[in-house]
Amino acid sequence: MKPGSVAIIGAAETTELGEIPHTSQLELHCDAALNALADAGLRPSDIDGVATAGESPVAVAHLLGITPTYVDSTSVGGCSFMLHLRHAAAAIREALCTTVLVTHGESGRSQVGRAPFQGGFGLSAQFELPFGAMGPPTLFTLPALRYMKTYGVTEEQLAMVAVVQREWAAKNPRASHRDPISVQDVLDSRMIAYPFRKLMCCLITDGGGALVLTRAERADEFPRKPIYILGGGESVETPMVSQMEDFTTSRAFRVSARKAFEEAGIQPSDVDHLMIYDAFAHLPLYGLEDLGFCGRGEAADFVWERRTAPGGSLPLNTNGGGLSYMHSGMYGMYALQESVRQLRGTAPAQVPKARISVAHGVGGMFAASGTIVLSNQAP
Amino acid sequence: MVGERRRFLPQPTPETQPFWDGVNQGELRLLRCDDCGFVIFPPRSFCPRCGGRKVQWFRASGRGTLYSYVIHHRPVPGYTPPYSIAVVQLEEGPRMMTNIVNCPQTPEAMELDMPVEVVFTPIGEGLSLPQFQPAAGGR
Repeated sequence: MKPGSVAIIGAAETTELGEIPHTSQLELHCDAALNALADAGLRPSDIDGVATAGESPVAVAHLLGITPTYVDSTSVGGCSFMLHLRHAAAAIREALCTTVLVTHGESGRSQVGRAPFQGGFGLSAQFELPFGAMGPPTLFTLPALRYMKTYGVTEEQLAMVAVVQREWAAKNPRASHRDPISVQDVLDSRMIAYPFRKLMCCLITDGGGALVLTRAERADEFPRKPIYILGGGESVETPMVSQMEDFTTSRAFRVSARKAFEEAGIQPSDVDHLMIYDAFAHLPLYGLEDLGFCGRGEAADFVWERRTAPGGSLPLNTNGGGLSYMHSGMYGMYALQESVRQLRGTAPAQVPKARISVAHGVGGMFAASGTIVLSNQAP
Repeated sequence: MVGERRRFLPQPTPETQPFWDGVNQGELRLLRCDDCGFVIFPPRSFCPRCGGRKVQWFRASGRGTLYSYVIHHRPVPGYTPPYSIAVVQLEEGPRMMTNIVNCPQTPEAMELDMPVEVVFTPIGEGLSLPQFQPAAGGR
């Protein structure tokens, strides 16, 4: 993809975040979509491409009154929206459509208008769930002890990830949890799945977000500062976390990030602001290493030394992340929203002079990954 | 499973049935590729390394080492917390999810890389699960 040929011209989250028991999941998609369209100064009839996960793009397009010539229902978990942006950029460049709406909405907490978990016949259902595994807290966390033993990472260092992100959340009025916490608070919180305590696990909330993309050369027609897509990457590894090649590193992270950085023509040292999907406290550690911001085994010290904290050299998860901001289930959209806010200069915890932001997502339990490199400067 | 508190049971497919039949008969079975020798798990009708379609079941040793785990502190049907959810590195190459049993469910008792051996635990309805315990004779 030619870097910067497509831009984000509309971006917004749902009107409310947190607990929204009076709104169905599908309506959360639409609320976010209408907010993003208003942000771009557009109406649904201006949209000719629809991408979404968690709900069918058929339903989203129908409810909003959109007649698309481009549809993307890629659904590989919480990073799906990174993949949607990448695909949409390629589709716009190839003239499959002109203006793409990417939506997310999830009634993760209130469970309004969504299908309950059915178990099913997948590989994980056959070879993981019979062993008492119960969702992400017991599956996503499984590689961590191996990582910790390999690199001598302590439980205190794991806790520090949550502490630092709470510091960012404290600056954000929309964050679910804003009160400061200490390493000891994290270690003293309820044990969920050793070594993971409650404060090392993401929130479960309701919300949504949407993005509008078009060709960069049209970007001047819209009210907001355009945010250029410099590059993107995606990959998958395994539907069973137990079958990851190596429990100390994610192949999907490495492949996706390398592709995105190469496409954008940037190095980690060029990045001013970083979002790494943090469903659990170990995710930013894997991300920092697999994206090349730290050497192998160095990420825990990097976070401990407050390099990713407010005032640090690499502002990370500046909305508070899935641990403190919000996490509806498919969090990738909120990482992208924060990247856009930072590059527009409208973030509650604004990083001064941020020019390049990377949003890196995970899907499933280390199953998939998507990476997007954004800039407020035309390349 | 919805609304019921029943243990989550494996639902074999034609390709995986011999694995679960083996477990129910007290045998840990894996597949090996005839062409390249790769040992395959989870079961499938072909080799993911070379693409070969000739694969054969064989009886695995049941020996391995503890690769990683969590200790779950919340109740799940069929399990009493705290209990381990673990991944073992099998001697033959693949890794698989399991539980570490016959051992205190503590970080002190479950050291990574300790030798483990398979045990077949009946879970009712004629079914068993392949779980692992610290190997006889220890390290």
